Amino acid sequence: MITNKLQLNSPDDVGSGMPRPPQVQSGIRRRELMLTTATTLLFSTHSVLARVVQDSLPWEQNAGAPPTEVKPGPWAYFTAEEGAAVEALVDRLIPPDPQTPGGKDAGCAVFIDRQLAGPYGTAEELYMRGPFADGTPQQGNQSPLTPAVRYREALAALDKYCRATYAGKSFTQILDNEKDKLLSGLEKGQVHLEGTSGRAFFELLLQNTQEGFFADPVYGGNRNMVGWKMIGYPGARYDYRDWVDRHNERYPLPPVGISGRPEWVRKAD
Amino acid sequence: MARKLPATDVLIVGLGWTGSILAHELARSGLNVVAIERGPWRDTATDFPPAYAQDELRYHIRHELFLRPAQLTMTFRNSASETALPIRSWGSFMPPNGVGGGGVHWNAETWRFLPSDFQMKTHLTERYGEKFLPGDMTIQDWGITYDELEPYYDKFEYLCGTSGKAGNIKGQIQTGGNPFEGARAREYPTPPQKQPYGPTLFAQAAKEMGYKPFPQPSGNLSQAYTNPLGVTLGPCTYCGFCEWFGCGNYSKASPQTTILPALVRQPNFEARTQCEVLKINLDGSGKRATGVTYVDTSGNEWEQPADLVLLCAFQLFNVHLLLISGIGKPYDPRANEGVIGRNYSYQVTSSVDAFFDDKIFNPFIASGSIGMCIDEFNGDNFDHGPHGFVGGGYMGAVQTNGRPLQTTRTPKGTPRWGLEWKEAVAKTYLSSYEAVTHGSCCSYRDVYCDLDPTYTDRFGRKLMRITFDFHENELKMSQYLTDRLAEVVQKMGPRQFETKPRRGPYDVTVYQTTHTCGGAIMGADPKSSALNRYLQSWDVSNLFVMGATAFPQNAGYNPTDTVGALAYWAADAIIKQYLKSPGPLVQI
Repeated sequence: MITNKLQLNSPDDVGSGMPRPPQVQSGIRRRELMLTTATTLLFSTHSVLARVVQDSLPWEQNAGAPPTEVKPGPWAYFTAEEGAAVEALVDRLIPPDPQTPGGKDAGCAVFIDRQLAGPYGTAEELYMRGPFADGTPQQGNQSPLTPAVRYREALAALDKYCRATYAGKSFTQILDNEKDKLLSGLEKGQVHLEGTSGRAFFELLLQNTQEGFFADPVYGGNRNMVGWKMIGYPGARYDYRDWVDRHNERYPLPPVGISGRPEWVRKAD
Repeated sequence: MARKLPATDVLIVGLGWTGSILAHELARSGLNVVAIERGPWRDTATDFPPAYAQDELRYHIRHELFLRPAQLTMTFRNSASETALPIRSWGSFMPPNGVGGGGVHWNAETWRFLPSDFQMKTHLTERYGEKFLPGDMTIQDWGITYDELEPYYDKFEYLCGTSGKAGNIKGQIQTGGNPFEGARAREYPTPPQKQPYGPTLFAQAAKEMGYKPFPQPSGNLSQAYTNPLGVTLGPCTYCGFCEWFGCGNYSKASPQTTILPALVRQPNFEARTQCEVLKINLDGSGKRATGVTYVDTSGNEWEQPADLVLLCAFQLFNVHLLLISGIGKPYDPRANEGVIGRNYSYQVTSSVDAFFDDKIFNPFIASGSIGMCIDEFNGDNFDHGPHGFVGGGYMGAVQTNGRPLQTTRTPKGTPRWGLEWKEAVAKTYLSSYEAVTHGSCCSYRDVYCDLDPTYTDRFGRKLMRITFDFHENELKMSQYLTDRLAEVVQKMGPRQFETKPRRGPYDVTVYQTTHTCGGAIMGADPKSSALNRYLQSWDVSNLFVMGATAFPQNAGYNPTDTVGALAYWAADAIIKQYLKSPGPLVQI
């Protein structure tokens, strides 16, 4: 949809017959040169060069940057074992119930996988210069490790802990009440993982799982908007003028995501 | 080595609210103006169109519109006895980035400060005696009065089209407005926004208790409005994506929706985006700014000479650039001397969560500045004598959003995960409500900014170090305000409610507000202020510093209206006084 339209007009689409956006337009003089690798990551993807704006507001065709839709498919970051463990974990943090699917079927593990494979996972935008030192809780996370590495290390340590504690079984193989007891132990700092803070990993996992449950479905979680339906949130709507002074009434329309609703989208061939 | 560019009359660092205002006023008066902005050009259609602006993950959780800490951050510690460590990911406040600055992602709560706020030290000393104030409190008068600033508040509000109900027009108290506010020359440009259920219930309860509730002044407009520059804003649609987000509907007042379309048509104005100012250059005397050095995205350094330099970056970065550039004497808390970094302050917020069985609040029908508030406990609107603290704040039902990652609250004792959590969230999302207080923050001798001895940015510049904690005065105030708020909330009839007064220590990881203040404050005495009453540097007279940087302490209101008014006030002084006779506008 939106993605297709962008591709049609991209400068790489030579020979499509579509006009190509000129590099220099009225009102914009692009100043200088290629980016160095050191600065590339520091700027958003669609306007990477220093520019001069004069005489009129800059306008470029299709200059917007809609999110890239997460597609189902193989894990982008996790190994098969890691992915299975995370599916089991998110399904205990948000268990299924008769009304609403759990974290696994809501896509929370897919969401986390895709996030870890992107700039979030590599802490690309964070201040990651040393020296690294432990501070007070009020000073925030001071780990030199990226979220992706924290997951990798913690999942390996969790697997080791499970196999040692539950007769060689992995997290996916133990009973639900054992899983819950283990998670509760991590949350309270009573279960210690080798080489990593179980408590810090629990907090990271809980935060990312809830993100996956409530973020727009375009990111791979909140599948079929189950998180939104559960609480009665209508999603990415933007006009409630007719409803602002209708007090104490339930809003009647179903949720909608950035990419619409599943029934609006043509099924893949 | 920086390459030198042809000189310009005026060089502006940062193209947010204050940069846009100054650029427009000075370009219109005929000067050549160059604005240098660290972030990208941003506009509604390209950066936050309604097709995908309503994205909580991207904009709120992953901080799309903000400066990347990888570019520049600060270090933080609660007290001078600790070692400061870098803020590696934003938490307590969100430094803006890009054209429009904080004006892009604010909630648009558009409050004036009280007349007594501008004479806080004098006023409180006269009413309660000097001994009433803690010995380490360093509050000061601003060096200007509310009456002097009033026409400029008016100008900023009419630029924005602010929606509200006046409480005091030329001294006449108006029914339905805030009776405590300073006299304003005329009514708000547009009427108040409509109120959803929660604020309506709050106002009823407050009224029954004898308070005088009024609609919060809003920069999200109740109706279409064309401002004096000929720029038109659309009506707010109550989508609830304001703070942290750009408005996709052209209905939140921002530089983009009020001033930039007019500014870029000035032929003598030029903006250079994605260019980061490294320092302000001084001549050999150290008394005159010669321009700035900046770096573009290719890593090339440029020197831009200018006759007049206006520092219009976000509060923290203004102070950082002054420290880096060696302008003004850095503050030394031990000697209590120096001015750059002095009187850093913040905002003290708190809340009351209420859980109902029989109500549907539809929290997603929201605007960042919708709400019904009371002002009985702000500033010095009440007798502080029996309470042993100074300051105050507004409080009310302010329905800013119903975004699920931010607003799925559960009653105390609910597990944070598992089936019980899930059930609680499903049950409370529509039927719970959060009311808030928005309190002042005094300044103190041991709260300040200086350069960090250890950590540097990607250019090798020292990071700024923030030393900040809440003091007993503010914690007492927050407890008192939250208790008063809880009384009103209780009257709304919840099944249960929980008071959440602000507690110490200050936590830089937990979002509170982006109202960081001070560090290069305005005042009447160059020994205790960095700027004179026109926001002109005492040390370098062709340098003016805008923004909440100039606040000697913070009042119990959101700062933007005052920031905008001060920018117009300074622009007027530059045009009417400075240009005629460049030099210090205040003689000591």
